[in-house]
Amino acid sequence: MTLSLSNTAKTFPDGTRALMPTDLDVVQGEILSLLGPSGCGKTTLLRIVAGLERADTGARIAFNGEDVTYLSVERRRIGMVFQSYALFPNMSVRGNIGYGLRMQKLPKAQINARVDEVIAMCRLEPYATRAMSALSGGQRQRVALARAIAPRPRILLLDEPLSALDASLRNELRDELAILLRQFGITAIFVTHDQNEAMAIADRVAVMREGEITQIGTPETLYRNPDTAFVARFVGDAMPLSGRIVGEKLHLAGGIIQLTAPAEGQQAFVRAEDIRIDPAGPVSGRVETVTFLGTHYRIALSGAAPDMLFALHGGLSAPKPGESVRLSIAPEAILILPPEEDNP
Amino acid sequence: MERLTKAIPLGITLLACAFLLVPIVMSVLAGLTVNYFRGLCSGLTLRWIGEVWDLYSDSIFLSIRLALACLAVTLVLGVPAAYALARNPGWGSRVLEEFVSLPLAIPGLALALALLQLYGSYQGFRMSWTFILVGHVLYTLPFMIRSVLSVLAAIDLQTLEEGAATLGAGPARRFVDLVVPNAMPGILAGALTVVTLSVGEFNLTWMLHTPYLKTLPVGLADAYASMRLEVASAYTLVFFVMIVPLLMAMQWASARAQRITT
Repeated sequence: MTLSLSNTAKTFPDGTRALMPTDLDVVQGEILSLLGPSGCGKTTLLRIVAGLERADTGARIAFNGEDVTYLSVERRRIGMVFQSYALFPNMSVRGNIGYGLRMQKLPKAQINARVDEVIAMCRLEPYATRAMSALSGGQRQRVALARAIAPRPRILLLDEPLSALDASLRNELRDELAILLRQFGITAIFVTHDQNEAMAIADRVAVMREGEITQIGTPETLYRNPDTAFVARFVGDAMPLSGRIVGEKLHLAGGIIQLTAPAEGQQAFVRAEDIRIDPAGPVSGRVETVTFLGTHYRIALSGAAPDMLFALHGGLSAPKPGESVRLSIAPEAILILPPEEDNP
Repeated sequence: MERLTKAIPLGITLLACAFLLVPIVMSVLAGLTVNYFRGLCSGLTLRWIGEVWDLYSDSIFLSIRLALACLAVTLVLGVPAAYALARNPGWGSRVLEEFVSLPLAIPGLALALALLQLYGSYQGFRMSWTFILVGHVLYTLPFMIRSVLSVLAAIDLQTLEEGAATLGAGPARRFVDLVVPNAMPGILAGALTVVTLSVGEFNLTWMLHTPYLKTLPVGLADAYASMRLEVASAYTLVFFVMIVPLLMAMQWASARAQRITT
């Protein structure tokens, strides 16, 4: 199913503008992630698509061209996975998964067949008759997904489905969820504040801030060509290289770096993996801390720029804290972006 | 020394138990002795119980009927009311909740007086058992509402209902499929409380009753006032047999509801 939103905004009764007028199109089978910090309006946008929240007048929400703006949530035929899962404690796993099908008043045999199919897809066979209180966090997450998908909804909406799990389980289930969503072949919107989740699961990511979509694109585009400093910081943790830009040269406290093009009045950013410890490098810095991460070291450097810079160093040994090192940054690895207005 | 620290509390506990139990045992025995004034040596008999049955079986059936009707009404009114209060938290709901609980703080006599002033002139209603029912509902409804509300307040109802709504369930279906089953421990505890209170209620009922409509406790007062002591005591025994199992079930059900809310 294709989803198209136009001029969709939300103002809460107390006057808070949770969502600025937004246009958004999601194509058939696409998995879109809404990524942003808490309070950016991503959940509000998801709830408007679900029909759990009514958009301000002037909005138009269409499923496959059919206007659903004023259609109630019960009749929109969507599937939703809630952050807290909202599983029904008075029903078994089968009862939960079959609930949406029962609401469609399907024949019993058909319901049972579909429930079996979904249980197999989500690998829930051993738990089919269990109560909700007898399931682990990961199993609950799969039941919530199975329940949402069983009635064959037109679109699947997921509100931070992994945030209730502990860290190790989250990584494991992230990949599992990505595989399952591809297998379903369903159009889906996935809300998260975790860039890794968004990158791993989505075809396209919409980065949101203060009620607006600031940039939308594939994970690669957002990572390599962010439009704003906010996106660069949020996706891939870019660090500001604050200094004076004169022509094609960036004057930092620790030395001068060559840029690919003149960028006066702009701001430079760099990611930790692009900073190299290089005896012939043009910039000097002082090692503050060294953290061993198995595949590489994470080194905190002061003196090169006003803010602390972090470098990922892949060698077999690392410099010691207190040592002075020289750094190099490839000109093409430096992101040149409009200066940040606020949130420095 | 150590034996003493154990013996003293035990002694006090046993004394307290005796204080509570001896009058009950005395009363029960009085209802089973042939002649209370001659004591147990006059022999044991079930005659008095038989006499209570002959004289007051109507009261027993009236009390049961009243309790069940009262339960039905408090369920129909109380469960949706508790649901509405749980779904709309805010100062308005708090005020309403206090207002509903007001009959608990007012003496039953005052409540009965108010009912008599309001409905006393409707002769048919005044003479009917439904008049007493109204009083019982007024008195027991707060217990049902509070019991159900405390369980509902512990559940994230809004999210559960949103979940059901996304699966296509309308408001009525959500109430039947989610609200009622999840509130069941509270409903059960409330139901047992309502039945127990209704069977045992005296203050209000005594004001509202007519000579043809005596409930169990009103009949008990009547028996004490006008019958031999053995009959009145046998009546107490009958009353115990009815109320004690209810009381125990109520304790069990509220303990169960408590476990869910914490």
